[in-house]
Amino acid sequence: MIKSSPRKLAPQRRLDSFRKELGALTGLILLCIVMSFASPYFLSLTNLMNVLRQSTLIGIVAAGMTMIIITGGIDLSVGSVLSLSSCLTAGMIIWYGWNVWLSVALGIIIGAVFGLLNGLLITQIPLPPFIATLGIMGVARGLAFVYTGGAPIYTFPKSFRYLGQGMIGPVPFPVILMLIIYVLFYILLKRTKLGRYTYAIGGNEEAAILSGIQVGKFKTVVYALTGALAALAGMILAARLDAATSVAGDGFELDVIAAVVIGGTSLSGGQGGVIGSLIGALIMGVVRNGLNLLLVSSHWQRVILGVIILVAVTVDVLRKRGVFVKSRG
Amino acid sequence: MFSVKRRFFRDLQRDRWAVRYLELQLYGSNLWMGVVSLDQGYVVQMQGITKEFPGVVALNGVDFNLKRGEVHALVGENGAGKSTLIKILSGAYQMDRGEIRINGQKVNISSPRHSQELGISVIYQEFNLVPYLSVAENIFLGRESMSNGVFINNKENRAKAQELLDRLELEISIDDTVADLGVAQQQMVEVAKALSMQASIIVMDEPTSALGNREIEQLFRTIEKMKSEGISIIYISHRLEELWQIADRVTVLRDGQFITTSDMETMDKDQLIKYMVGRDLTEQFPERNVSLGEEILRVENLSKKGVLENISFNLRKGEVVGFAGLVGSGRTELMRCLFGADRFEQGKIYLEGREIEIKSPRDAIGHGIGFITEDRQRQGLMLVRPVKENITVTALDRVISNLLIDHSEERRIAEDLVDKLRIRTPGLEQEVRYLSGGNQQKVVISKWLLEKAKILIFDEPTRGIDVGAKKEVYSLINELVGQGVGVIMVSSELPEILGMSDRIYVMSEGRITGELGSQEATQEKILQYATEE
Ligand SMILES: Nc1ncnc2c1ncn2[C@@H]1O[C@H](COP(=O)(O)OP(=O)(O)OP(=O)(O)O)[C@@H](O)[C@H]1O
Ligand SMILES: [Mg+2]
Repeated sequence: MIKSSPRKLAPQRRLDSFRKELGALTGLILLCIVMSFASPYFLSLTNLMNVLRQSTLIGIVAAGMTMIIITGGIDLSVGSVLSLSSCLTAGMIIWYGWNVWLSVALGIIIGAVFGLLNGLLITQIPLPPFIATLGIMGVARGLAFVYTGGAPIYTFPKSFRYLGQGMIGPVPFPVILMLIIYVLFYILLKRTKLGRYTYAIGGNEEAAILSGIQVGKFKTVVYALTGALAALAGMILAARLDAATSVAGDGFELDVIAAVVIGGTSLSGGQGGVIGSLIGALIMGVVRNGLNLLLVSSHWQRVILGVIILVAVTVDVLRKRGVFVKSRG
Repeated sequence: MFSVKRRFFRDLQRDRWAVRYLELQLYGSNLWMGVVSLDQGYVVQMQGITKEFPGVVALNGVDFNLKRGEVHALVGENGAGKSTLIKILSGAYQMDRGEIRINGQKVNISSPRHSQELGISVIYQEFNLVPYLSVAENIFLGRESMSNGVFINNKENRAKAQELLDRLELEISIDDTVADLGVAQQQMVEVAKALSMQASIIVMDEPTSALGNREIEQLFRTIEKMKSEGISIIYISHRLEELWQIADRVTVLRDGQFITTSDMETMDKDQLIKYMVGRDLTEQFPERNVSLGEEILRVENLSKKGVLENISFNLRKGEVVGFAGLVGSGRTELMRCLFGADRFEQGKIYLEGREIEIKSPRDAIGHGIGFITEDRQRQGLMLVRPVKENITVTALDRVISNLLIDHSEERRIAEDLVDKLRIRTPGLEQEVRYLSGGNQQKVVISKWLLEKAKILIFDEPTRGIDVGAKKEVYSLINELVGQGVGVIMVSSELPEILGMSDRIYVMSEGRITGELGSQEATQEKILQYATEE
């Protein structure tokens, strides 16, 4: 027996597993404090609910995007898929008069199919995720234009509008939906095979294959899930605006990716989690809302959001480097 | 004149920038180096070096001195702190306490760049070469000569590269693409690169662990060459036998503590091991009394164009079959085919008498075949994931109930293996990349012990692990064959092949050129088969 026996293993510290999210959370709290001084309306219940509501679209899709980014991939098509599936659903409900929930279900399935397509292109051909999803992004957007002829489809029945405008007590329905999705995805990532393999694939794809993981299958599932979430976000947006348009969700993919990255999930794969992405989405929401309250023009908002992404990622990088180089004496 | 310079220096002590500038100027000139080392005799003096990581004291007051023109071996168990000490010298880590003098002058090595400027160059086990650039381009990457300040002066770069290769007496073409070179040659390119930076101190962290005997010879020739030019070398290795061949002195670390520094000549192997592990270690290859069972695996005429040719062999229950051969003889490729990681064109595989088809690693695992890969960083580990997840990844189903992972069961299983293999880690949640090289290797092994394997393929199982751990891996293999597992062991270390195998196949250029029983096998016979055309 060799002498250097391992010391007793330290028990896992609960806080440790949330260390990564802590940075984003601090950022969010600081932002809220600043905003509450900058604008007296910020802390009002209505406004806070507004912030939450505004965060739901990015938030919901970010849950799936987090998994994709953990596998080391990316999905640029979420904005287009969001638009296409909302237009198709709108067509089914308004033009063909189909049952609302059947149409919604079909819309979500269409989203999943596009995600599946992404996954198959990436795993079977295989194409780099950036290219595959860029292509699908164009295809989905184009189909949305073709289908609608470029004109919005509007005036939904009340039952559909509930998706975007309904309230449960003081809380908007989509917010509840988002929270449920986050609970599910949290469990999915931390407690299921799919989640564990997502980390394994991103951690080292070759090692994952050699460990007997069906990398192609699991990756495809992750893309399909994200496609479904994008479609769901499309429904919520259409319901909120009471209109589905082929231009909806333009540039949305970048907001989603930004939320995930702000939340501490690394683009190099293998690390991260959905809690961070939820916080990231809320940060995006607070900033947008705050800038609106302060009457900052939407043009400047773009600039400021860009800067925030840079700051968030820089802080993350610096913090990580701090772990490697502890400078003293 | 010397004292004048000294005083001049002291007067300038307060002005750090000037000192830094002067240091650079003076260390650049051999004259000054000669003067200082006459005075001190040491090019590197590290004193009381301490470095802590969360949960680990990696180094605790370690002393290390390097003489000019010597090869100084640095040895110790896995996790003893060797790589950490080197990383402090190379500026990759900052020490918590301690003092470093280079050529007698106290320095505070603040970055890898600073370390380079001080003439220190480290050749890590994972090379830092750009695979699709040529040898010459790699050597001068980032420091190319320019003409008119705009264009890279290829002619001059190539000439300078050629000069370096000639100086090292290497037979590598400067225009070869690095990706096409063998591991040993890539290492030589790293050496040339180090010399091109005017390095006077070269550190090699486990340079021979990926090399076969032939390549090691070449490396040693190159080291001798550098030594004769007055370059000092720090040499880390777990292959203790070679130290007497190449090293002048040796320093032993244990558990982050300095144990001793001694001349190689006055040290014998048993004594060295005792210093390393803190007690006597008897008989490297433990006795095994296993009666062989029936045939478990038979491979017939397996061929892959240009790589493998008509490979036939068999394996019995409870048997250890060794695969010897030179680096590049096709052993790993054969194992990858067996495991379904690569495709082959022809050939049949029989498991327990029945023909089976293996199309993917998943199939192989389903048939009870496990594969411990040789390249742990690239193929074996998810570096950014915790120890626990790396261990259970192959057998996740065992800890899943009702679709959910049972975390406490998972921890229990992982903890068992960490104990059993004595993996040194502050916790199960530690990311694998923070483990020392040898402990990473143990994690790779551990993940295959969870599945009830019938056949285990070990590809270079003891690469980079220390003497004590090696013996434990051997005991583990014995334990496995005792349970009826068939073991295939690919290894470039002949003593290990000879000591562990019941039967040995020797490969050369994609063919099996010889089969030897354990009684008849000798190093000479193996080498003879291994070099057969
Ligand atoms: N960046 C880090 N973060 C945390 N712990 C670390 C880090 N680097 C090294 N360690 C720990 O410090 C100790 C010394 O590690 P080091 O890599 O120096 O060992 P070594 O002597 O090189 O071992 P080996 O022979 O296995 O390569 C180990 O316990 C290791 O887990
Ligand atoms: Mg090491």
